[in-house]
Amino acid sequence: MINKKVNSVTEALQGIEDGQTIMLGGFGLCGIPENSIAELVKKDVRNLTCISNNAGVDDFGLGLLLQKRQIKKMISSYVGENAEFERQMLSGELEVELTPQGTLAEKCRAAQAGIPAFFTPAGYGTEVAEGKESREFNGKMHIMEEAYKADFAIVKAWKGDEAGNLIFKGTARNFNAPMAGAGRITIAEVEELLPVGSLDPNEIHIPGILVQRIFKGEKFEKRIEQRTVRKK
Amino acid sequence: MLGKEEIAKRIAKEVKDGYYVNLGIGIPTLVANYVRTDIAVEFQSENGVLGMGPFPFDGEEDADVINAGKQTITTLPGASFFDSAFSFGMIRSKHVDLTILGAMEVAENGDIANWKIPGKMVKGMGGAMDLVASAENIIVAMMHVNKAGESKILKKCTLPLTGVGCVKKVVTELAVLEITSKGFKLLERAPGVSVEHIIAATEAQLIIEGEIPEMAID
Repeated sequence: MINKKVNSVTEALQGIEDGQTIMLGGFGLCGIPENSIAELVKKDVRNLTCISNNAGVDDFGLGLLLQKRQIKKMISSYVGENAEFERQMLSGELEVELTPQGTLAEKCRAAQAGIPAFFTPAGYGTEVAEGKESREFNGKMHIMEEAYKADFAIVKAWKGDEAGNLIFKGTARNFNAPMAGAGRITIAEVEELLPVGSLDPNEIHIPGILVQRIFKGEKFEKRIEQRTVRKK
Repeated sequence: MLGKEEIAKRIAKEVKDGYYVNLGIGIPTLVANYVRTDIAVEFQSENGVLGMGPFPFDGEEDADVINAGKQTITTLPGASFFDSAFSFGMIRSKHVDLTILGAMEVAENGDIANWKIPGKMVKGMGGAMDLVASAENIIVAMMHVNKAGESKILKKCTLPLTGVGCVKKVVTELAVLEITSKGFKLLERAPGVSVEHIIAATEAQLIIEGEIPEMAID
């Protein structure tokens, strides 16, 4: 067994420096690596380029990094939940690259799979296609999109083992699965970190080969963005 | 004139037995409440779930089980979870039969704009560009006119596009419109709304053939 376990979030995030590109998993606030985000705030690394489907809310998730102006550029598909984000973007303080969600996911997956680029119909004929190569396949127009290049990918899983194998829960799998292995170094924070042999190999979502460092998150708030319920 | 719930009710009639359906945020989400219960339909949410059920009971909500609107949901027997790349894979490869989404503008050539008002509102396209570029069957749920009373059913979109030539049908508070190769065709009118009213509220030309029936809502 190749042991990927590190003992703290501080150790896990070693080597993250100003100006780097970091992928962060999660959809909205679901499945975000909240312990790592808190550590990035503490480390005070700056001028980051963050690839993440959303930008958190004002006081949680990537919103915490935005508040401290640690992010130079955000690559996301939807940022509607964050007023501070909108303010920084409209004032030009924050550079923003809006990318269709499926394209964003596939640009991560392509990096994970070692594919430099792919064609997708999403965004053809819109401003997303500007400056990109387009080509017809089967009578339909597609645009070329390139794989992301990131220094670090930070993902959050439900269970993991010391070999770095990961299992996600519910819709928290989202971007965490395609981002694993998509950065030069992948860091996984997990709710439960188990000894090897504890997880059934049939049920592993992401094999440990894609993960370089794994640690148990100290605390998970798991904030709910839209609590919708019905009466019993 | 229809309310939002009635627009959703009318669109629910387009959902057929055996369909996998993706519902957008807003009025489209309401459609799930009105689909016939004697047919088999599965709802997909692009953040990674098939077989979405109703909202959870108070106290049973799970932060790890949400829909694309970030709302807590439940799953039904037979449901599955998957990642975002996989989710858009099944959308791109046309395994999802019907996409229902909202719009700010729709044009007579099937173009749709729903993600950006330059200088004012920049929330992002989310999954809308992927969905409209790949879905075979797209129904738009929207209001016919904006708050200023201006038509959102246009000859040409004025806002940045989400997709080109993709919308097939539009259901508004006033009418059901089909997009044909010749432009918008008026199929149905809302109860009590005249054809003249619809023409006046529509910037694009309407193709009107024969008597236009009232929508059947219930």
